[in-house]
Amino acid sequence: MRDALGSVQSVALFGGTSEIGLDIVRALAADRARTVVLAARDTDRAAATGLATDVVALDLARTEDHAAAVRRIFERPEGIDVAIVAAGLLGRQGEEQVADAAELHAVNGTGTVSVLALCAEAMRRQGRGTIVLLSSVAADRPRPSNFAYGSSKAAADTFARGLRDTLEGSGVDVLIVRPGFVRTKMTEGMDPAPGAVDPSAVTAAVVEGLRGRGGIVYVPGFLRWVMLVIKLLPRPLFKRLPL
Amino acid sequence: MSATLLTGWGRTAPTRADVLHPGSAGEVADALATGRPVIARGLGRAYGDAAQNAGGLVIDATGLREVHGFDTERGLVDAGAGLELDALIRLALPHGWFVPVTPGTRHITLGGALAADVHGKNHHVDGAFSRHVESFELALPGGELRQVTPEDPLFAATAGGMGLTGVITRVRLRLLEVTSAYMRVTTTRAGDLGALMESMRERDAGYRYSVAWIDCLKRGAAMGRGVLLRGEHATAEELPARRRRAPLALRGAPARLGVPDLVPSGLLNTAVARAFNEAYFRRAPARERIALEGISPYFHPLDAVGAWNRLYGPRGFVQYQAVVPDAEGEAIRALLERVSRAGMSSFLAVLKRFGEGTGLLSFPMAGWTLALDIPVGAGDLARGLDELDDIVVAAGGRVYLAKDARVRPELLPRMYPELERWREIRHTADPEGLMRSDLAVRLGLTGA
Repeated sequence: MRDALGSVQSVALFGGTSEIGLDIVRALAADRARTVVLAARDTDRAAATGLATDVVALDLARTEDHAAAVRRIFERPEGIDVAIVAAGLLGRQGEEQVADAAELHAVNGTGTVSVLALCAEAMRRQGRGTIVLLSSVAADRPRPSNFAYGSSKAAADTFARGLRDTLEGSGVDVLIVRPGFVRTKMTEGMDPAPGAVDPSAVTAAVVEGLRGRGGIVYVPGFLRWVMLVIKLLPRPLFKRLPL
Repeated sequence: MSATLLTGWGRTAPTRADVLHPGSAGEVADALATGRPVIARGLGRAYGDAAQNAGGLVIDATGLREVHGFDTERGLVDAGAGLELDALIRLALPHGWFVPVTPGTRHITLGGALAADVHGKNHHVDGAFSRHVESFELALPGGELRQVTPEDPLFAATAGGMGLTGVITRVRLRLLEVTSAYMRVTTTRAGDLGALMESMRERDAGYRYSVAWIDCLKRGAAMGRGVLLRGEHATAEELPARRRRAPLALRGAPARLGVPDLVPSGLLNTAVARAFNEAYFRRAPARERIALEGISPYFHPLDAVGAWNRLYGPRGFVQYQAVVPDAEGEAIRALLERVSRAGMSSFLAVLKRFGEGTGLLSFPMAGWTLALDIPVGAGDLARGLDELDDIVVAAGGRVYLAKDARVRPELLPRMYPELERWREIRHTADPEGLMRSDLAVRLGLTGA
């Protein structure tokens, strides 16, 4: 049960080996979280984190298995206070990204949407809960360097925004987190963009976000305004930017 | 039945439940026989999540407000558990009877008063609400309607049991005889905490009602300065001539002022709290004064403002109330020091002495109780309140479940040493574990 100050007691992480996701879970466990369910493709690795009270096998690309896995995750007396959907692929950059697009969409798009929808239903029945989607600034506008990734993130991001509105009054909140460049293993070797952050910054934003009633947060916060400008730029100008 | 988003009076942590509005105990019993997790709700004055049941059933008990009997000779009332204290006062006062215990609001139900085993300014003399209950009717999971008397173990488990033993449907209550609707109030100022507590220790026993307001933002030598408000029911003879014609007439219609749902969070910040507390202290006379005051402004000053909880804005507020044993008065000082150091902007800090406790999970125990209102969003409130809990537990005290919205579950067995006994009795009444509230889930109250 989430308390008056936004501390949660039970958390499920989809992408149970995600570096950012695990960092968030660690912070929640250091606070009031006592139930930690890690849903991951690689259950051994998820279990090896030592954080889980329960590990559930789940491959985002295999949507046909999702309903059973999500049911298992929510079937507990304390329910799930917060479901963090952090799984995702980055794919290759530049010209090669087009070849990865379908796979990125299967995981970051369709697979994530499937899990979001199932969590929303489970939480609606619970009458409470918060869904946290780890989205990306890349979802805001397709950039030449990573539009395959960006478009797959945009699918989940747009879906989550719609969910948030339909869940109004249900006791279920949706928190969409759009980080910029996060220094993780996934981005190792890439040139950090301006405003690059560590996973701890994302964690701080999620912990703070859980104290409110959902919404969209950027990490770092100033990216909200940067992305607003980028979204509003006319295409001839946008194309000339080194993005 | 309607799906509704519910919060407590503090307006934090909303969850959705199906709310049922039964009109009789029979309908309550039928709802309990359906096997869905359930909790009763009265007027929603519990500050936290005691009357919420996410994804389950909430029985709105306010429809059970029939007065089955009122013995005006002996002052015994037999009424539906949904009857509001306000309605009972309006019914009984003209006959020379008053509610034996009232908290700071009279917009609560009899059932809620028993489930939280509420206390008033007279706890040091009269004990908590349940002490004045002759018997009550309890709808049990499965649908049985049981008449519960003080000899039944379910009595002590239900008094303060936060609604988790079943749904209270009917209460038989002994009232207090009065001859006027007025209070004789003695107002005394105390310049610091030591003087305040000493005065309470020495003189509270001489008054039926006693409460102290504390300026908890004051630091240094004047820390814990406050105003003592002690009262007795005034006799009709004490009243001025023009009041003596109708001594039992209740004056001051409640809730003529309202608060719109538009107040932003952060309005009631530390600066405003400081100014308010300063003004409140200055308003009290420097020398002790005795004056007549109406029952309403003395007992229920905040009831004059409807929905005052909205003043704290959409993020809501928490009320922190703890009690420590008599010998641990120093813990009160430690709590106040911690609060003033953290700048937790509490508007209303109230100190009072308790007499002996009653039910197994009843909050009061002989000692000192401190209550604070704190808006959510001010600094690291979560950690600050956890630290207050540590002080309370180390002193052998506890926090009030009817106000709690955030305590660490692992502290419960230490705060409530009768918890296991309570669980055993509760289990006999509800072996399937159908009685459930957000509070119960959050604190693991009913056990594994």
